[in-house]
Amino acid sequence: MKQITILSGKGGTGKTTIAAAFAALAKRVVVADCDVDAPNLHMLLHPEVLEAKDFIGSRVAVIDEAKCIKCDACRERCPFDAITHDIKVDPFSCEGCGVCKIVCPVSAVTLAERVSGHIYVSRMKYGFMVHALLNPGEANSGRLVTMVRQHAKSLAEKERIDLLINDGPPGIGCPVIASVAGVDAGLVVTEPTMSGIYDLERAIQLLRHFNVRAFVCVNMYDINEENADKILRFCEENGLEVVGRIPFNPVVTEAMLNGKTIIEHSPGSNVAREITAMWNRIRTELSLR
Amino acid sequence: MIIAVASGKGGTGKTSVAVNLAISIKGVQLLDCDVEEPNVHILLKPRIVRQEPVYRLVPSINEEKCDHCGRCATSCQYHAILVAPKRVLVFPELCRGCGACILTCPRGAIAEGRNKIGTVKEGYSGDLRVVFGELEVGEPMASPLIREVKKRLDKSRDAILDAPPGTSCPMIETVKGSDFCILVTEPTPFGLHDLKMAVKVLEEMKVPHGVVVNKAGMGDKRVYEYCHEKGIPILLEIPYQRRIAELYSRGIPFSLEIPEWTAKFQELFKSVKEMVRG
Repeated sequence: MKQITILSGKGGTGKTTIAAAFAALAKRVVVADCDVDAPNLHMLLHPEVLEAKDFIGSRVAVIDEAKCIKCDACRERCPFDAITHDIKVDPFSCEGCGVCKIVCPVSAVTLAERVSGHIYVSRMKYGFMVHALLNPGEANSGRLVTMVRQHAKSLAEKERIDLLINDGPPGIGCPVIASVAGVDAGLVVTEPTMSGIYDLERAIQLLRHFNVRAFVCVNMYDINEENADKILRFCEENGLEVVGRIPFNPVVTEAMLNGKTIIEHSPGSNVAREITAMWNRIRTELSLR
Repeated sequence: MIIAVASGKGGTGKTSVAVNLAISIKGVQLLDCDVEEPNVHILLKPRIVRQEPVYRLVPSINEEKCDHCGRCATSCQYHAILVAPKRVLVFPELCRGCGACILTCPRGAIAEGRNKIGTVKEGYSGDLRVVFGELEVGEPMASPLIREVKKRLDKSRDAILDAPPGTSCPMIETVKGSDFCILVTEPTPFGLHDLKMAVKVLEEMKVPHGVVVNKAGMGDKRVYEYCHEKGIPILLEIPYQRRIAELYSRGIPFSLEIPEWTAKFQELFKSVKEMVRG
């Protein structure tokens, strides 16, 4: 089985548009939406949920008011400043480490499990999709991503599907690391802006750090051709494979408004053609059927 | 007053709004809390006056004192310690530096070691004070570095915080303690979906908020309908214009080149201030 993750560093460069188009081109695939705190892929692929599971992502401290003697020990020692002056737990700050429980002299603190999101295993037009929703404000998105990927992998094995596409989150932190660990390739989608270039370099460093083969796609390359050339030069100097150069075209927004992949919405457009060519290159490079 | 600029969806224009707002108002400071991909410094090119490494506490085991009782591993809620019969393994990427292991070790065999997680830089772009953090590549935890960036907030003046995308811990860490949050969205289904998630977070955190619609004219009207139904004020609209996109691509804040925007951002700041004061 081959796994590819689409990432970007900078947000809003077109990861989800490309992931959905790849699903449509692959025809039978498992896709995993690894952007668990702002998932959007379901809006283009319209999965039909087969199974939903609770995600117990963390614990939270609970103080028994009847036992608490307001000695302040927990508040002073809390490494996350999650205990207020009147000795109440701020659930947004609490990371469930249990230091309060250890230092409490009267055993007034317990750690409770909390459901911090849900995982969905779904069917869609082009195979299957695993996606999740982290409850707003929850931590541990990296762990949820890892679980999404585990579900996607076992589903692919069960259904004998040999390709898994992960739509990654922006950034380079824990959910991104969880999205790229152990994949066959990472496709970094960038845009020809100064921020896009800086963020591309960091995303590439991240893939190198985890020994993942990198492909680069320059999206909307014609909004600033000078910067697009800079990206191409950077890739050449660093031995990076540029597999796609996608022009700017408002049909991408139209497709999104219609809830369709670009391949379905405007198959004849220059964007669809370029994504198809990119897909074929990646397929060859990864020796996919 | 502290104003955070957040979004839910990435790439909607948070940094653009934060930067243009900050350069339009005299005497404010701008803190870039998107430590994974900080971009404020690309637009403002601040003259750096100070930079400091930031470390995260990780346990350092003294194998001579350790008798492998395993209490540290049991106390660790993040499974960052594995006690093997003859050795203790620490996984720094799972450790959150809470110190529970140090507290529970009966033999005093654990000390505070440290791991570099990034750098905080302070500088000036003209008169504007700029603080930003750069997370080390490969370091998973952004929140401790965000806290360090926020510690450098000068309480004597108004602050604008540029938040990372999403609605999970790094975004919360940034927005926590803010008097107001500006949510930047684009009028598309993706923008709306992620805006709703961000609004839920802010409602739970009880942080007052308003919306800036960026790339106005590109999509449909549903963002406006949603804001209207929820009674969320629309603070500003930035049109979907080639000139603005082109300036951004070159790393130039558009209010420097299109002067009428300075007044619009000043107006935005004034209305936020009025809402905060009630």
